Amino acid sequence: MPDLTSNTAGIISPNPFWLASAPPANSGDQIMRAFDHGWGGAVWKTLGTPIQNVSSRFGAIQYGGVRGVGFNNIELITDRPLDVNFREIAEVKKRYPKHAVIVSLMVETKEEWKEIIARSIDAGADGLELNFGCPHGMCERGMGSAVGQEPAVNERITSWAKEFSTIPVLVKLTPNVGDIRPHGLAAQAGGADGVSLINTIKSIIGVDIDTLVPQPVVGNQSSNGGYCGAAVRPIALHMCAALARDPGFQIPISGIGGVTNWRDAVEFLLLGSSSVQVCTEVMLRGYRIVEDMIEGLDTWMADKGFDNLDQVVGKSVPAYSEWGNLDMNFETIAVIDKESCIGCNRCMVACHDGAHQCIHPNPDGSIVPTIDLDECVGCNLCQIVCPVPDCISMVEVDNGFAAASWNDHISKGATLRPKKGAH
Amino acid sequence: MSSIPDDRAEAVFDDFKPAYDARQAVTEAQRCLYCYDAPCIQACPTEIDIPEFIRKIATDNVKGSAKTIFDSNILGMSCARVCPVEVLCVGDCVYNHLDSPPIQIGKLQRYATDKAYEEGWQYYAAGPDTGKKVALVGAGPASLAAAHRLRRYGHAVTIFDKRSVVGGLNTTGVAPYKMKADRSVAEAEWVLGIGGIEVKLGVEVPGDISWQQLESDYDAVFLGFGLGPDKLMALPGADLDGIVGAVDFIEGFKLGRAAVQGKHVAVIGGGNTAIDAVREAMGLGAASVTMVYRGTEAGMSGYQHEWKAAKAEDVQGAWQRQPVGFEGSGTVTGVRCVRLDDAKQPIEGTEHVIAADLVLLAIGQAKLGALVEGLEGIETKWGAVVTDAQGATGRPGFYAGGDCRNGGKEVVNAAAEGRDAAQAIHAYLGGA
Repeated sequence: MPDLTSNTAGIISPNPFWLASAPPANSGDQIMRAFDHGWGGAVWKTLGTPIQNVSSRFGAIQYGGVRGVGFNNIELITDRPLDVNFREIAEVKKRYPKHAVIVSLMVETKEEWKEIIARSIDAGADGLELNFGCPHGMCERGMGSAVGQEPAVNERITSWAKEFSTIPVLVKLTPNVGDIRPHGLAAQAGGADGVSLINTIKSIIGVDIDTLVPQPVVGNQSSNGGYCGAAVRPIALHMCAALARDPGFQIPISGIGGVTNWRDAVEFLLLGSSSVQVCTEVMLRGYRIVEDMIEGLDTWMADKGFDNLDQVVGKSVPAYSEWGNLDMNFETIAVIDKESCIGCNRCMVACHDGAHQCIHPNPDGSIVPTIDLDECVGCNLCQIVCPVPDCISMVEVDNGFAAASWNDHISKGATLRPKKGAH
Repeated sequence: MSSIPDDRAEAVFDDFKPAYDARQAVTEAQRCLYCYDAPCIQACPTEIDIPEFIRKIATDNVKGSAKTIFDSNILGMSCARVCPVEVLCVGDCVYNHLDSPPIQIGKLQRYATDKAYEEGWQYYAAGPDTGKKVALVGAGPASLAAAHRLRRYGHAVTIFDKRSVVGGLNTTGVAPYKMKADRSVAEAEWVLGIGGIEVKLGVEVPGDISWQQLESDYDAVFLGFGLGPDKLMALPGADLDGIVGAVDFIEGFKLGRAAVQGKHVAVIGGGNTAIDAVREAMGLGAASVTMVYRGTEAGMSGYQHEWKAAKAEDVQGAWQRQPVGFEGSGTVTGVRCVRLDDAKQPIEGTEHVIAADLVLLAIGQAKLGALVEGLEGIETKWGAVVTDAQGATGRPGFYAGGDCRNGGKEVVNAAAEGRDAAQAIHAYLGGA
């Protein structure tokens, strides 16, 4: 039985699944219920000077009949009195000493940071998460992503927090930057014990084309919100991996962004996250989703022969490389299984209109299209659109060329195979 | 362990509801709304967390999916096939309120549990030995469910059955287009895989062993002996050849051969056994099959969805008929009937003969309450053993579940009653 115990910058939890700082982690009652369902940790919804929220607050993308593929919100940090929050944090830690409670914080002045950190530690928090990421509302007041987008400010406030804190400090980064690395490195330079990423992406979720008002609607206007949910996962995975493989970046990562199930979580772990945080999927379906996450991770690790998370975290990072290092002589072609093809011709239209015009009607009248292998560039598009599992496979071709990257070609004159489909 | 012959007549039947492959299962699972406090759970006698097991199929955690099923119902594999889901979980799926096709819960459950069997996943270990012993009478679904739960608590368990096969009616009585006998035996073996369950076949209680003996040898007794033989009709000609009880007939072709080919079959009754029998006779090659029932087509007690399937297979219905005798010399040639009015009273001058050279009687099975007669404290009502909600009879240490308690319901009811009685027995034996 694999050991799922997670250690993120010294914050220990019985498994790597944490609630992200967000509505599902708004109160002690919620977090205790989440722990009862199996969540290993929770990042308390950001504490600061309590705010007042608007209605409505959320918007979602419905795509192809699936609700909430993408999600956004314009809700701000806690609107509950700080005394109440701290009392509940102490209560949760008393009742659930083995679970991780990380308190998310967002204030302005050094004095305020000092005071709120002291109160968090007094309440029994296992760690702090500095919210430098919120891309709506708070940033207009000089906090949240307004901090996270300025490495110097990020580093300075992080160093304050480290000065005042006796417990691990995570810095939650915003994805609303051109390159995540300087921001992770700034947190590290400020002394952060780890980073969490990504916070939400600045977004407008949609426009009501009857009323002509963007969403979510507040009276007759709206505001940009934070985009999250399954749709943002690829962006989050990249930012996680970009930091994980940066040789100068040496601190742990808590991965966030579009985790909906155990498979998503495994991807974050493989790309360098020591723990994963979840919000949107819980908002859509409830705390109960964690049972499958724990079970699925456990089964996957056992099947793969992993005994603990240390063996998993970052395991795929070495395989994430620069484009210039990819083997240009690696060649694949598409092969259609004649037995399972149902004749929808999705591959044909995709190839003709969207790729390299190498899939054609079968001259013998069969429903199975033919592939002109001299023209197939091995792009995967036909396989992606094919509705039948394993009907189209991408098969490796032995073209006789030794492995060679673009960088090898430029620097050492390595031989590249002839281009295909470039007329 | 018991064995059943390979050349069974039931082999001619295909699955009425074919198995899903992985793609079909995932597609259907993704359609599930993952309702909270879901109506489908409430409709399931064993209260399987259906949305959870379906979500786990969607995330490719099939191992966990099957565990969710087995945690509530250790007989989840057979229930996936034999449950009348149309009137249970599927019937209560919220999609029905949207006029959308309900989730095919039975087929998804089959997908997950079949995979568990195929992969040999075992989830449960016997608990530490408690030194307590429990006897279970009958090797059908109720006893199997009870035995498994008792073993998890560490009690020593012995099952007695007068038959030579395990699984009870799940082995001998389920329509083969739902499940064949070998699958039921495989399930029993999988359940017994927890280890430490002794099965004594060919032992009749009472008879070979008295109740008093069981009571002195064991710390608790579970009654799961099911129902008795088919009820017969005391009518003129009832002793002609070719008139057999439907349950008897079904057991015959499920465990052996059948002689139905080319025959004109009349099935008397309007319940689910009657509907099974007409479809089975048709599938076994009968020239014609007629269901002869005292009530109207709409008034039959058998499930309408099953009857619709029977009609689609060309079964005829003879409604509002009362058999008054059997025709023939030596072998039956027909059923003499009168027509009944809406008050089920005979209409004078309507006597007629429905030609049939095989007559199956599906008018119910005997209750076996008499088996426990004389055991002080155990009450029976209409032949069924009376218990409290947890399955305790009025005699300390005696519990009951399944058909002998509920008078004849579904496998899933037996699974629930067996499981719950085991819980009560565990408490009786001093467990928490």
